[in-house]
Amino acid sequence: MYTLPNKVKLFSIILMVLGLVGIAYGFFTVPSTIDDVEEILAAENAHGDGHGSASGKEHAAQQEHDANFVDVARGQEGYAENALKHEKDVHMDGHGDAHLEHVLHQMQSKPWSATFVSAFFFFMLALGTLVFYAIQYAAKAGWSPVLYRVMEGITAYVLPGSIIVFFIVVFAGTHFFPWQNEELVANDKILQVKSTYLNFPFFLIRAIIYVLGWNLYRYFSRRNSLRQAEVDNYDPYRKNFKISVYFLIFFILTEMMMAWDWFMSMTPHWYSTLFPWYVFASIFVSAITAIALVVIFLKGRGYLPFVNDSHLHDLGKYIFAFSIFWTYLWFGQFMLIWYANIPEEVTYFIIRIQEYNLLFWGMLVLNFVFPILILMNSDYKRIPWFVVMAGIVVLVGHYIDIFLLVMPSTVGAHWSFGITEIASIFFFFGLFIFVVGTGLSKAPLQPKGDPFIKESENYHY
Amino acid sequence: MAAKTIHAIYTDDDLLMQAVKQTRTANYRITEVFTPFPVHGLDKAVGLEPTRLAITSFLYGLVGLAVAVLMMDYMMIEDWPQNIGGKPSFHFYQNMPAFIPIMFELTVFFAGHLMVITFYMRSKLWPFKKAENPDLRTTDDHFLMQVDAGSHDIKKLTKFLYDTGAKEISLIEHEEDH
Repeated sequence: MYTLPNKVKLFSIILMVLGLVGIAYGFFTVPSTIDDVEEILAAENAHGDGHGSASGKEHAAQQEHDANFVDVARGQEGYAENALKHEKDVHMDGHGDAHLEHVLHQMQSKPWSATFVSAFFFFMLALGTLVFYAIQYAAKAGWSPVLYRVMEGITAYVLPGSIIVFFIVVFAGTHFFPWQNEELVANDKILQVKSTYLNFPFFLIRAIIYVLGWNLYRYFSRRNSLRQAEVDNYDPYRKNFKISVYFLIFFILTEMMMAWDWFMSMTPHWYSTLFPWYVFASIFVSAITAIALVVIFLKGRGYLPFVNDSHLHDLGKYIFAFSIFWTYLWFGQFMLIWYANIPEEVTYFIIRIQEYNLLFWGMLVLNFVFPILILMNSDYKRIPWFVVMAGIVVLVGHYIDIFLLVMPSTVGAHWSFGITEIASIFFFFGLFIFVVGTGLSKAPLQPKGDPFIKESENYHY
Repeated sequence: MAAKTIHAIYTDDDLLMQAVKQTRTANYRITEVFTPFPVHGLDKAVGLEPTRLAITSFLYGLVGLAVAVLMMDYMMIEDWPQNIGGKPSFHFYQNMPAFIPIMFELTVFFAGHLMVITFYMRSKLWPFKKAENPDLRTTDDHFLMQVDAGSHDIKKLTKFLYDTGAKEISLIEHEEDH
């Protein structure tokens, strides 16, 4: 039996309290009127003037950057430039009330977005683990049954995590989802056409179905798994196999719609067909990384004597393979849109490249180059601190990934990484540690009675 | 001087594994083992070094990547930077997304093919190579362990090999190549 050490418990509670304070600060310091926004922008401008030469350089760099979208030989603006023109005009005119209202709205969305990014990030670790767990059952995997209790411990976070994420997306309203603004829809033909799918009651019903379905699977699979340790037949195992198969079908459909609802509809004029897969790849690779990190932590404390370095090796291979899978989908989406350069699609990437340049490309280094170089060698995958190092980089990279799914769509150019963002990471990290730690301590860490447990314990690669 | 080797034939791979381990513990030198199929763990039991084929493959992959980058940078950017459908051909990095599929394929192509060729060269395989099979049955259902007789007492060695479960044992004498 594992018990959450008091120090870890205290640590997680401190994180949660600090996080809550920071999130509250984020919500209270949001500008509430246009005048506040004007003041903030004026302060930013004054700051810019103070460093005249630096901002001049920045300006030149910006111009050079813009040149990428201009056909220099013909002296014509590219399609993308035209597509951005409307956005640009708003920026250039600067001091119109419409612009200020726009900025006000973005600034007010900032604490919501910061909370949502962290809430979803930690929730997706648990959700992805649940999917991995279902796959192990459905595939009748022989290597992983020793890790079932660890995975179940992590999926304990599905319940609180899904409820928090659910409330955020339901109450965020126009902070996240422009299609919930009735005035906007009234003047927008595209949104009117989409309103059969993108309307609030249906949105709410869908969200309830996702959250309910995921939690029900988690509840029943955990119950069957624990019951398998007590009975002398394989009935609970068979039940688990069956519901895992159905859950996987249910999940892939709900995950797809979840990605449309919660992420893609933040920019309701934009669409991409492989977007849900891309979000799934992010969920899955971070979850496997989380499993590996928890396993290494518990094994380091001596709670998992039956887990050997071959199990670790397999988890390392999964992290490696799905990092590449994520990159494949990222590139598949980016390259097709970049290549065709259709104005209605390409704006999504232009704002990410222009306003989030370092994060956008840096994420690729963290999520692809680093894992591929670190985890390629077979021997390295057996060394815990190597996997921990690669794992932390992958998790940071996928946090940035979620950040880039949300922030450019909600706060646009007015993003920063400050108190609210860090505080929400603190809060949800603390909650994650607390819930997962308690989840792990509810049952012995060594599963019993599973038909593959013997094979798994003797697993050797 | 004529070198002597002993061929011990087994009919079961578990038996073979055990025999290999015993022979190694008794400090006899195993020169070769012939099996009809890969026996899991045999290389470790015989004491073979791990293969470095994967490392060569990685290096070949880097070569392939370099070839792809240099080739496309020269052709598309340096030599004749045409405007083809408005793609930015001012710098390599500006047009890189269009090059990545080729960079990927050439990396895999070089890594795969050169590694296979390396494998052929290192294991001395080619179309008209004369088969080096000491006993035809080893390609079907028999396992053969070749032990260097050296200066050991042949009788003692034979007795030892029978005790490890060998079905047949034969003494082979051949002129050593100089």
